[in-house]
Amino acid sequence: MADDRMTFEATPTMDIETQDKVESAERAAENGNVGAALSRVDGPLKVTGQARYAADFAVPNPLYAHLVISTVGKGRITAIKDEAARKVKGVRAIYSHANKLDSGSAKFFAAGGQAQQSWEPFAEPDVRFYGETVGLVVAETILAAREAAAALSFDYETSDPAAVFGADGVERQDMPDKTITKGDFTSAFEAAPVKIASDYETAPNVHNAMELFATTAHWVGDKLTVYVPSQWVKGFQIGLAEELGIDEANIEIVCPFVGGGFGGKGSLFTWVSLIAAASRELGRPVKLYVTREQGFTTASFRAETRQRVRLGAGEDGRFQALEHAGEELTSRADNYFVNGQEATVRMYQADAIRTELATIHADRQTPGFMRAPAETPYFFGLESAVDEIARELSMDPVELRIKNDTMVDPVDGVPYTSRSLKECFRQGGEAFGWSNYTPEIGSMNEDEWLIGWGVATSTYPTQMSPCTVRIHLDVTGEARLQVASHDLGTGAYTVLTQAVAEELGIEPSQVRVELGDSRLPPGTIAGGSITTASNVSAIMIACERIRNRLGIEKGSDTDLAAAFDRFGQAGIEEYAEWTPPGAKKDAPKTLYNGKVKIVGGPEEDYTAFAFGAIFSEVRINKYTREIRVPRMTGAFAAGRIMNAKTAKSQYLGGMVWGIGHALHEVAEVDPRTGAYMNDNISEYLVPVNADVPNMDAIIVPEVDDKVNPAGVKGIGEIGIVGVAASIANAVHHATGKRLRRIPIRLDDLVDV
Amino acid sequence: MKPFRYQAPSSVDAAVEAVEPMGVPGQGGAFLAGGTTLIDLMKLSVATPPSVTDIKNLSLDGIEEADGEVRVGARVTMAEAASHPIFLDRAPVLSDALWKAASPQLRNVATLGGNILQRTRCPYFRDNVSPCNKRDPGSGCAAIGGINRLLAVLGTSESCIATYAGDFANALILFDTTVETHRAAEGPRQIELEDLHVLPEDHPERETVLADDELITGYRFRLPDWARRSVYVKARDRESYAFALASAAVALDLDGETIREARIGLGGVATVPWRAREAEDFLKGKTVSEETGLQAGRIAFESAQGYEHNAFKIPLGRQVVAKAIFDAARKDVSGSAGQSEGAN
Repeated sequence: MADDRMTFEATPTMDIETQDKVESAERAAENGNVGAALSRVDGPLKVTGQARYAADFAVPNPLYAHLVISTVGKGRITAIKDEAARKVKGVRAIYSHANKLDSGSAKFFAAGGQAQQSWEPFAEPDVRFYGETVGLVVAETILAAREAAAALSFDYETSDPAAVFGADGVERQDMPDKTITKGDFTSAFEAAPVKIASDYETAPNVHNAMELFATTAHWVGDKLTVYVPSQWVKGFQIGLAEELGIDEANIEIVCPFVGGGFGGKGSLFTWVSLIAAASRELGRPVKLYVTREQGFTTASFRAETRQRVRLGAGEDGRFQALEHAGEELTSRADNYFVNGQEATVRMYQADAIRTELATIHADRQTPGFMRAPAETPYFFGLESAVDEIARELSMDPVELRIKNDTMVDPVDGVPYTSRSLKECFRQGGEAFGWSNYTPEIGSMNEDEWLIGWGVATSTYPTQMSPCTVRIHLDVTGEARLQVASHDLGTGAYTVLTQAVAEELGIEPSQVRVELGDSRLPPGTIAGGSITTASNVSAIMIACERIRNRLGIEKGSDTDLAAAFDRFGQAGIEEYAEWTPPGAKKDAPKTLYNGKVKIVGGPEEDYTAFAFGAIFSEVRINKYTREIRVPRMTGAFAAGRIMNAKTAKSQYLGGMVWGIGHALHEVAEVDPRTGAYMNDNISEYLVPVNADVPNMDAIIVPEVDDKVNPAGVKGIGEIGIVGVAASIANAVHHATGKRLRRIPIRLDDLVDV
Repeated sequence: MKPFRYQAPSSVDAAVEAVEPMGVPGQGGAFLAGGTTLIDLMKLSVATPPSVTDIKNLSLDGIEEADGEVRVGARVTMAEAASHPIFLDRAPVLSDALWKAASPQLRNVATLGGNILQRTRCPYFRDNVSPCNKRDPGSGCAAIGGINRLLAVLGTSESCIATYAGDFANALILFDTTVETHRAAEGPRQIELEDLHVLPEDHPERETVLADDELITGYRFRLPDWARRSVYVKARDRESYAFALASAAVALDLDGETIREARIGLGGVATVPWRAREAEDFLKGKTVSEETGLQAGRIAFESAQGYEHNAFKIPLGRQVVAKAIFDAARKDVSGSAGQSEGAN
């Protein structure tokens, strides 16, 4: 599908600054800064069922495992009644804290380890949250394992869990070391002639990737192969070696395809070492399917937040004081937080800035990464607040944002490597038809529909990590790239294919890419939107070496056969390590130890972000109060775009999720027990096709030659950021109701 | 899932003989048709029937009309019925209620006999852990005081507030439908659809008047001409594949702007398929207007009781009733009304 928005037309009303941007964009388009819309190279494998996901790998004579999860939210196991379960035909073993497996102990990823939490499920009889793994049944068939698991019962000594904000017994941990200050917020806010102060709330969300967490452990001698969906195979390998107390060289993690990760497969699951230890003990491969329901609690999640924004402006609309404070829920043991205020206070110029962060420790599982972990919740707060003050100022919300745009990081005073926010608003607004916006509440209503328009700024830090790659090129022009990076369905196979083809002057069809195996040269964690920038930067080094050894130039029409003839060999292999600017020179070496140094975003000499603008239309039925989003336009500038097609998919996917974040997604916690009461995809809603009728993502061309050698900014996460606020702002425009808690549902619009 | 015996007899008599009633609701053998509720609950171990009697070999199919009476076989799928001309043209509310339920895949296998008996989605019933008088009589109701946004406001009791989750029955109930059934010893009988489901009161484990060995074989109903002027309005959190927060099935007999007769069924708000007879009576002789519609809605929800998270369903329900009345009144019934939107 060709994107007709990629050609760019200047309008006569543009100011000088915009004119510069246009030229930059035209240059970008001319010099190939927007890559070809190559279809996914792995598409045929996927649509013909040949792409093998973790569950698809056959192992000889496997046993099947099933998890047993706790049915209380806090307590202690006092007895295990397993008589009936042991009688189920085919049961081979039942594990719990009472006969603990030799699976070691976990080290939390935020404390220098790889694990999703800091404790091992069977370490003690204590239950720390509802739905925690308390048992593991292994049997000859999956049916027997499930039947026995259902027959297994635990007695608990229970106490009341404190599972939600405000519950008796949660513990607050303030983190003053995370506070960012600039100027004197208190007096600047005091003095500001126009101001707002509002509280916002976001809900707990669950990843619910289409691919479940199937995990298989297969030992051959002392060598262990684990098939598990992972966004970080190297980390899983290192972490599992630590937990099992074996040499990491004896572990291979395999997952060439991942059916959606969204951050939920980024840290080592607690069950992996259990499965590996059970397999070692039972002497047979063990295969585990974690059910959809179990995935709600045994994996990580996006925790709920409570935020306060205070924003003061001059009569002219320029921001004078901005404060963003956040509270985030986490588990008792682990201090996981996302601290999105680091990004929100860098969006607009402001004289005085202040942030605050606290975590609230509760009886819940440890949260973890989820698409734009920090920005998604916190931009709901910031961008709602900006809309609120635009109302106070009687200013157009687009104009207000442009007025406060800045080319210098307002916190650190350093330049952005590039920032095309104005251009995003211009192109997005033009496509959306923003010039027809009338600001009065309800002024755009039609018949029985309340119609509102809303906008928000989107952003995501441009981050990179060290990366190593190995590339082989032979005389026939066939190339092979090997790197332990990942394709979560994002298109990594495709864009890395394109990068190699371009660097070596061969066709994409001549490139084979191998990903998702811990034996390959360590690549990037599939997180932080770092895959493309980091891998392509490493690919560029390896390919340059190959070209140098062959004596060929990039971009020239080279006779490869002749070059190899001169070289005297039939093939060349090059290994390359790339260190991003700002990282220590030995950073690639630490990759081998499973340590990732992610750089970017705010750095000492520069700040690197991608930017976007989101425009949403909502329609609310006057009678049913159903809220729908018939139209949304996102415009994003993110440096060099490797592939217009896969990039657009990433943007659109993020925007779709943004609709869910705004209107649908909430894991409903029963405060009495800590249980998620909608642990299925029938009641944990996400948008379906009918909810996303007309969405468009515009690729705003941008050249950034400072950010990294590839000129690439990450695009995997930015699409969701700001969407919830744009929808909430549109709901306000339609109804006059300012809703500061998401998801916004029709309950909020019916007067009880 | 617990092991169970599977059988697929080839006659209705053999099926009702084979089903192994236990005399305790929910404990006996189960009939299997589309299985979209049963298999789901068996996987959760909420339903643990010792045997499953598949009725796939029984010829309970077809939609026919004779002497002004429509007869629908119990094994007709939701998809087949939704696109049948009798449903589409003569009583669009029936087609609407089907199209707006579930997903295409589910509608292709789910049958109308089972659809009427769809079990509640109350999470405390389904979790197999919480106190639940429906699943475990006498254990209590965790939904009262729990997460109850999706639960009922009409027909509840101190024992149970589980919502009847289906859509089709709320529409079928408008036409004074008779349910045809068959039992082992007693043979066939006929039950008025309105009498089929029973309020939870003190025994929410009893959901219908059906005996354990009683199989629904079909439905019979008469469609007045004015059933063409009928709609199903379903308010839900997303545009498709979601349960009703509140729904209203409405058919109107109009004389100009005056309502000669109105029929109203409610869904998503009650413990059983719900006929709003007082609101129907109120509408008789009234002129269609916003105020009349809202007043009918108020009457329909007069006895409603809200709980912590679901009180919004009362004003929502009123407005959904009002909208359904307008939509029905405005409906163009001059030509064939058979333009279904297709996607739900």
